[in-house]
Amino acid sequence: MQNKIRFVFAVLAVMLVLVGGISAQEPTTLSMWYHGAGNEVERGILLGIIEDFNASQSDWVISLEEFPQISYNESVTAAAVAGNLPDIIDVDGPVMPGWAWAGYLAPLSLPDGTLDNFLPGSIGVWNEQVYSVGLWDAAVAIFARRSVLEANSIRIPSLEEPWTGEEFDAALVTLQGTGEFEYAFDPGMAWTGEWYPYAFSPLLQSFGGDLIDRTTYLTAENVLNGEAAVAWGEWWQSLFARGLAPLTQDSADRDTGFIDGRYAIQWNGNWAALGALEAFGDDLLFLPAPDFGGGSTIGAASWQFGVSAASEHQDGANAFIAFALQDEYLAAFSNGIGLIPATSTAAAMTENYAPGGPLEVFYELSLQQAVLRPPTPGYANIALAFEKAAADIANGADVQDSLDEAVDTIDADIEANGGYGFGG
Amino acid sequence: MSSIPATKRLTGVKQHENIVGWLMAAPAVVLLTVFLIIPFLMAFIFSFTNQRLISPNPTEFVGVRNFTDLLTIRTLTIDPILDEAGQPVLDDAGNLTYPRLREFTRNNPDYPELDGLQELLSWSSGSQRVFLLSSDVVFIRALFNTIIFVLVIVPFQGGLALILALLINQKLSGINIFRTIYFMPVVVSMVVVALLWRFIYDGDNGLLNTLLGVLTFGSFQPVNWLGDPSTAFPALMVMSAWQGVGFHMVIWLAGLQNIPETLYEAAGLDGANTWQKFRFVTWPGLRSTMIFVLVIITMQAFGLFTQVDVMTRGGPLDSTQSIMYQAVQRGYQAQDISGGSAISVIFFLLVLFVSMIQRYLTREKAA
Repeated sequence: MQNKIRFVFAVLAVMLVLVGGISAQEPTTLSMWYHGAGNEVERGILLGIIEDFNASQSDWVISLEEFPQISYNESVTAAAVAGNLPDIIDVDGPVMPGWAWAGYLAPLSLPDGTLDNFLPGSIGVWNEQVYSVGLWDAAVAIFARRSVLEANSIRIPSLEEPWTGEEFDAALVTLQGTGEFEYAFDPGMAWTGEWYPYAFSPLLQSFGGDLIDRTTYLTAENVLNGEAAVAWGEWWQSLFARGLAPLTQDSADRDTGFIDGRYAIQWNGNWAALGALEAFGDDLLFLPAPDFGGGSTIGAASWQFGVSAASEHQDGANAFIAFALQDEYLAAFSNGIGLIPATSTAAAMTENYAPGGPLEVFYELSLQQAVLRPPTPGYANIALAFEKAAADIANGADVQDSLDEAVDTIDADIEANGGYGFGG
Repeated sequence: MSSIPATKRLTGVKQHENIVGWLMAAPAVVLLTVFLIIPFLMAFIFSFTNQRLISPNPTEFVGVRNFTDLLTIRTLTIDPILDEAGQPVLDDAGNLTYPRLREFTRNNPDYPELDGLQELLSWSSGSQRVFLLSSDVVFIRALFNTIIFVLVIVPFQGGLALILALLINQKLSGINIFRTIYFMPVVVSMVVVALLWRFIYDGDNGLLNTLLGVLTFGSFQPVNWLGDPSTAFPALMVMSAWQGVGFHMVIWLAGLQNIPETLYEAAGLDGANTWQKFRFVTWPGLRSTMIFVLVIITMQAFGLFTQVDVMTRGGPLDSTQSIMYQAVQRGYQAQDISGGSAISVIFFLLVLFVSMIQRYLTREKAA
């Protein structure tokens, strides 16, 4: 009998403990995946944001998992197939529409006005809904030295008045003619992969071509292989045929060629700017892309945050993203790893992008000239097709045939995917 | 015990042995099934569908479309351009001129069967120009390259390995040092070897250019080995052979050491010279080793991928494309699982076909 009473008490005690535990409202853990494994500075900043967020409220706790960038996309795809997506996903801008289309991502629901001051390239829109936001953007510019340009009587262009196509080409010929440089221009052929569409398709756009017909997103015919695109291809090929630019390049030459003075000017991104500044100081210029008739444009969109469609706690995930979008964090990332902060107010708080700062011009380039890589789920394939065409043309292949081939590849892929959700 | 008939006892033992045998084989059978047989069956099925890596669209069967997209080949004969008087229009060099191929192959309602085809080869036939057109020039290049690679690598690498094996099959002091040196590249990962050879082949100041420059007292013009379509693939072959030769050398060496010394002594007594000893003792004694080496090199050569991926990414101008590289490129990079699967199936059939020919040629002939 006594034993029985003891047992009942024990059960009651256990139940009390359980009920007490539930009523204390343990915060829900939200998982987050990030692409930057291995970068201690990046990790430190992100963990700082997470700590601040966890301390600022009692509903959610974020737990971070990091992946190396090179295998990040595969990890997400595998997790999606297995149904194990995290609540908060880090996504590369041009990849986002594919993941939104495939149903990995849910549209964001941020407080009204959160994104008002954000750079256009840092906002990921698909199907007229915002799916991802970046704390930063990246931009490319022409790196040149004032002393070199002035010594050769080459006009120094401005954001308002960039070089025209002819001016740019003439400048390259002049610089090559000095004999002081191995190559006048370094477009960065060593960086195979995404660099090609990111950095070279804006030149194509300036000629009046594009990667795809952006009115329908259903074909690249007459856009990537039209007259304007062929004109770009002929010029692009001539850069290498005339010996103005290095065709095969190893990444060491890419990294040091301009700083060592072997290349006169270089087409490079803001992430390389600090290293070049160290070498040349005030002599270094960051110049806008040349205008071949269709305006001076550069690529846009970097890594951004989105919410998994499979997440059971999308409100918590959105709350974290809204929290992370504060200017102080944007500035922290910028100061830590040199990226362009996504808002002007955050830029003002940074060392490099504040008014008068050494990299200020990149913020303006992002704001005024950025053109997104085609926001379509077919981008992965478009990027490959364009990379191959740009490489083949540079290697001397027939321009029209190479572009035709790229168009065929892109159009066949769009057809095989039922238009990727475009054109009903 | 003695009451049980002997035959029954035996079956019992046999059954028991059978079960034990299967149990012992189970880990291997399960692994092979899960990681080889099932994936291959899936690839086979996917190759007849429109399966994508990432897509909300349902998977549909599309018949043999993936294969026709890869393998369609047609010819087209084009007449030269004539002026109003019916005379051929000549270019500045006095050659006949022809309309551009794309006028026939792009959106031309008169030639619907040629739509989207690209030029594979072309040649002149009388005043006409004949084009061999393909629906997928890159894949045909990859197929062709891979076959060339196998045809060159198998005799080259196998022969070199045999020569090395003969050289190190001697009882000299310090011979193990040479064995180690020749075997070293096999131990190093192919990715590392490929990265190192990129420096060796560098067009400006690579080791190879520098070495050739020194050897020819500076008269050698530096060659951009990996950047030139005519040298990139041979460069890849040399590097591949260098990396793989040590492995096959060891297999040859094992075969050589299995040949009884007495045979050589007997041959010596018969007055055979070194060549005759090789021809009539060594070579026949290496027969089964030769078959093994041949099959292994062939398989490895067909799987050409890492070198291409690390060193050239199929370029310049498709001169180093390979079947495996295309399968991966399409399946994962372009997210077209069905296209990649179709390439894998073609690859499987090709390797199967070649292996069967090899088996037939090296079969034990009835005495």
